[in-house]
Amino acid sequence: MENAIDIRDLNKVYRNKVIALENINLSVKKGDIFAFLGPNGAGKSTVIGIISSLVTISSGEVMVFGKNIQKNPEFAKKNIGLVPQEYNLNQFISIEETMINTAGYFGITRDVAKKRLQILFTKLGIWEKRKNTPRELSGGMKRRLMIARALIHEPSILILDEPTAGVDTELRLYMWDFLKEINSRGVSIILTTHYLEEAERLCKNLAIIHKGKIIQNSTMDQVFEMRKAHTYVLKTSQPIKKETAVRGLNFKGIDNNTYEITISDEISVTDIIEKLKLSNINVVSMGSKRNMLEELFMELTKEKTEL
Amino acid sequence: MTYEVFIALKTIVVKETLRFARIWIQTILPSVITIFLYITIFGNFIGDRIGEIKNFSYVDYIIPGLIIMPIITNSYMNVVGSFYSARFQKSVEEVLVSPVPNYIILLGYITGGVLRAFCVGAAVYFVTTFFTELQITNIGFTLLITFLTAFLFSTAGFINAVYAKSFDDINIIPTFVLSPLTYLGGTFYPIEALPQVWQNISAFNPIAYLVSSFRYGFLDLIETDLILSLLIIVSLIVILFSIALVILSRGIGIKN
Repeated sequence: MENAIDIRDLNKVYRNKVIALENINLSVKKGDIFAFLGPNGAGKSTVIGIISSLVTISSGEVMVFGKNIQKNPEFAKKNIGLVPQEYNLNQFISIEETMINTAGYFGITRDVAKKRLQILFTKLGIWEKRKNTPRELSGGMKRRLMIARALIHEPSILILDEPTAGVDTELRLYMWDFLKEINSRGVSIILTTHYLEEAERLCKNLAIIHKGKIIQNSTMDQVFEMRKAHTYVLKTSQPIKKETAVRGLNFKGIDNNTYEITISDEISVTDIIEKLKLSNINVVSMGSKRNMLEELFMELTKEKTEL
Repeated sequence: MTYEVFIALKTIVVKETLRFARIWIQTILPSVITIFLYITIFGNFIGDRIGEIKNFSYVDYIIPGLIIMPIITNSYMNVVGSFYSARFQKSVEEVLVSPVPNYIILLGYITGGVLRAFCVGAAVYFVTTFFTELQITNIGFTLLITFLTAFLFSTAGFINAVYAKSFDDINIIPTFVLSPLTYLGGTFYPIEALPQVWQNISAFNPIAYLVSSFRYGFLDLIETDLILSLLIIVSLIVILFSIALVILSRGIGIKN
């Protein structure tokens, strides 16, 4: 199947000589929801900026549906909708005007834009606010407006840079459903997020970037298979005595009744509880310390930093 | 130009026009008040004592210069203010991620500046009709010079907006370059009344050519070679427009 995006040997050096990207190679399949992860300053926004023509390329190439974005910028731009991380809204005009203007830049007439914005605003719950300026909207509403704006020209690829940053849980869940619905209509989605649960829930494929280099590029399943160990937090009815030894388990006390244990993935949760019972440790509750992706993310970025 | 590109151009022009129309108290009115004060003070109080210049009353002689002054500043300020504000708010990214060609972005902003210049020019001319019976002798030429002047300074404003790093930077050129050149460009006096040294210096002042050409449109008074004036204005437009296009295509000031 044709890829939505192909990045080949991409390098970016800023004018201040900062090397932002080093030899990036990446593909996003058509129809995929792709997670692009990395710590702050890793280069995620630079890659997104390059794909959406806001950042210039130092060397390498980016293809959108097989066409080089530098040679066919018009084609690439028509196919991409961008939701940037930072608010970039004209603060002095109504959000309805913002949508009509954006549509106009894509050659869409005012009448068509009005119909589309009504559908998008209604779905995203901001139709009643259409006469307001962005200054009069909450952070969550601004975020919804930016998603609506990115979709006004019905792009084939939607790029979202931290789309749920600063929004409440309810809205985040709603946005996840909204993105899934858009994806079901064939729109390829690239998502950067700090909420790794978000990537875990929405995406099948992912890449992790660290210090300008891709350190992981695979399916979500492959990533989970790589997991070497998992950390659990458990509460016991009584403090565990120092002399109590449980074979194969290392306890790290947090308080009198709360402990962390890190175990290899070869040991199941049932095995742990069984072992604890045999040692007369009564477990009141037990839970995963972080979600799996988060754990792996920490492992990978730590490993690379240590190198 | 395709239909889609035409819609994009229309969108930018409408957006820019609505912007200055919405804040007309800041964009149109100050020039009207300024011209009223100039005509009252220079035209009536001082002008009567000066007498005639080249067979025209002093107020009639300075009116073309008084009209072209706000045309220059308003066309410049419209584009520099609007484009810098778009950069500052990052809303310029809306247009940069769209398939609008660079020359259309440039033309859109320049057209906004030109339209504001025409609105201000018309409003200011209307005020002058209360003080003088002066008629525009060569309407076509006057409109041509108005258009070229506004186009030139709108383009210059665009370049300034790209390089500005703060709102202070957008006022430096109008305050320290445009205003002195306008006052020294023969708005209030004939260039040949100056000492020879200053006449020679004025020959390098492009605004002097604009003022004298505009004065020809109004008064049918030839003070400078009109062909040379047009050549200078068009050459400057070509140079600045090309620079602005290169800036846009390289993404200077707007892309990382």
